[in-house]
Amino acid sequence: MSAFFHWWVIVITVINLLGCWWLIRFSAKSGPAAAGTEDTTGHVWDGLREYNNPLPRWWLWLFYLTLIFAVVYFILYPGLGNFQGVLGWSQTQQYEQEMARAEETYGPIFAQYANQDLAALAADPEARQMGQNLFLTYCSQCHGSDARGAPGFPNLADGEWQWGGDPESIKASILNGRNGVMPPFGAALGEQGVKEVAAYVVSLSGREADPQLVAAGRERFGLCMACHGADGTGNTALGAPDLTNNIWLYGGSQGVIEKTIREGRHGQMPAHAEFLGEEKVHVLAAYVYSLSQP
Amino acid sequence: METYNYRVVRQFAVMTVVWGIVGMLVGVYIAAQLRWPELNFDIPWLTYSRLRPLHTNAVIFAFGGSALFATSYYVVQRTCHARLFSDRLAGFTFWGWQAVIVLAAITLPLGITSSKEYAELEWPIDLLITVVWVSYAIVFFGTIMKRKVKHIYVANWFYGAFILTVALLHVVNSAALPVTLTKSYSVYPGAIDAMVQWWYGHNAVGFFLTAGFLGMMYYFVPKQAGRPVYSYRLSVVHFWALIAIYMWAGPHHLHYTALPDWAQSLGMVMSLVLLAPSWGGMINGMMTLSGAWHKLRDDPILRFLIVSLSFYGMSTFEGPMMSIKTVNALSHYTDWTIGHVHSGALGWVAMVSVGSLYVLIPQLFGRERMYSIKLIEWHFWTTTIGVVLYIVSMWIAGVMQGLMWRAVNADGTLTYSFTESLVRMYPYYTVRFIGGVLVVFGMFLMAYNVWKTIAAGKAEEAPVPQPA
Repeated sequence: MSAFFHWWVIVITVINLLGCWWLIRFSAKSGPAAAGTEDTTGHVWDGLREYNNPLPRWWLWLFYLTLIFAVVYFILYPGLGNFQGVLGWSQTQQYEQEMARAEETYGPIFAQYANQDLAALAADPEARQMGQNLFLTYCSQCHGSDARGAPGFPNLADGEWQWGGDPESIKASILNGRNGVMPPFGAALGEQGVKEVAAYVVSLSGREADPQLVAAGRERFGLCMACHGADGTGNTALGAPDLTNNIWLYGGSQGVIEKTIREGRHGQMPAHAEFLGEEKVHVLAAYVYSLSQP
Repeated sequence: METYNYRVVRQFAVMTVVWGIVGMLVGVYIAAQLRWPELNFDIPWLTYSRLRPLHTNAVIFAFGGSALFATSYYVVQRTCHARLFSDRLAGFTFWGWQAVIVLAAITLPLGITSSKEYAELEWPIDLLITVVWVSYAIVFFGTIMKRKVKHIYVANWFYGAFILTVALLHVVNSAALPVTLTKSYSVYPGAIDAMVQWWYGHNAVGFFLTAGFLGMMYYFVPKQAGRPVYSYRLSVVHFWALIAIYMWAGPHHLHYTALPDWAQSLGMVMSLVLLAPSWGGMINGMMTLSGAWHKLRDDPILRFLIVSLSFYGMSTFEGPMMSIKTVNALSHYTDWTIGHVHSGALGWVAMVSVGSLYVLIPQLFGRERMYSIKLIEWHFWTTTIGVVLYIVSMWIAGVMQGLMWRAVNADGTLTYSFTESLVRMYPYYTVRFIGGVLVVFGMFLMAYNVWKTIAAGKAEEAPVPQPA
């Protein structure tokens, strides 16, 4: 902060503390303020009177004690403007120290698994337990405590993978995140077109749909093939879901599919490489992989 | 012959009871939602997020505010031996304040909010609050100017500090750039906004919920006890120390955040220094009873007042403790905070208001005493038990949450997920709900008692007596 505010903070802090000190010293010393009738101050308001008893000793000492504490604290810790305190403490430094200590203690526990094959790790009950602990802390908010997902958040236990289900792909998803974009086609297709394509998509997973709409939708499906493939089985390289297996990320009813086509979808899995570090992600990936293994 | 203006006092006094019931009922409803989430019936207006600010605004500003208006208008007249400075302006503050409350009750469930805690109302309502508050200040200080006694009674120091400071807090914290009629953005950026918000937030506690109600205490405790105030000197010391030091305490709401270290330290240390000034008021109130302790045995009104001071003392001890960084690292973001707030809000603010109203209402309607002392007795016990259930359950819940959130396994991962800590809260949320129901039940007893008192009474103007 600027020199002005540095001194501003110091001056008003000191004035406040000194003011309190003076106030209690002054009031504790001076005798009865006014000699009145019946040992009250003599003032009467609506029948109310006041004594002028001395300040309770213990209370006075409590007050002094907190003021002394204030002085000591401001010598030791930051508080008086830019003065950092003689201990040199800061919350940033405290955080860094705690993180370093945690890394020292817990780092090796994760490091021992770093070179193990993910598939093998998935079979190790101890590693799996650690992975689950991480999962419940960092992943369950979106994917659920049981990893079965929610609309817009993939089920990780059903063996169906938007971005690939081999251990390395899962690890890559966690490390670097994923950005799944389905562009909106409402303008290109028109409302009737959206209905037709949606009906065709419904039929792809072997469900009943209006045959006329399905036929018209098949004609227009060319738009979708670039990502979802000619047969609609998707493409894990692009994160384009398989449309034929009746597993739906955003919902599989005619209405929801229409909405998806009309407005598009944007799914985002955040990157965890920097946040968790590769060694933790390694253990976490093994756990996620294990979820869909028999 | 000059008379006191009791009309506006009566209006505010009756609305205190009405808003008390409304605000606390909303509180009980959202407490039930925390235990049984389906109780919002998937209706947006009934969701916890929208009703929680309605609850806080209703109990603080509608219930607490009306109680402060009623008692301050009464006390300032009685202790100045003068009629209110302006009847019309006083009448305006009543209707203006009720309009603010009704607007709050409409806009908050609609989701119209500035998102600043305890200052959620949008800018048009903020403007109305400002106009009402300035009128309040004119009426109050105008009456002080007119006083026929030389000295200003201690209750009026506290009411005066409360009125002036709340005006300052409200105007500074609510400064915003309007975008539409129902949306505005704070003029302060980032961490500064947070600091201004909690400078406001904690001083709302310090001046609205503490200084104002200390004013109430300084009139009704000696009145009901029939004893002189314990120490004038203590009044002076704790008044000046309290208003000087409270101003600094806000940053303790922002420990371990983007707020600079120096500001956090100042907030913490000043909160600790605040302990003695806060207790000064408790001592002065409690010791006023010395020589009259036996009155507690058969006067439930006095018991309301004295127990409220005990809760005041307890929460003003708890507050400084919670502001210590090490303690705060455990207590922050947990239900301990909620428990702390309610030991202040229910134990201190509500109980001192209720006790004062039981003294005040018969006076306003030409009755000797309330319709039923037995019902006051019942009200006292249901409230006391309700508040204790509330506070104790939240203490346990809060400490448990704090400990569960920081527990780690041998590998450094968290032992409990957030959901697990939530599931463990259910028993305590149930107890808290029961505590709240007891408190509301007591308020209904009060409403009935007030109703019967008013029905048997007559709204008379009292003549202004010559000062002694």
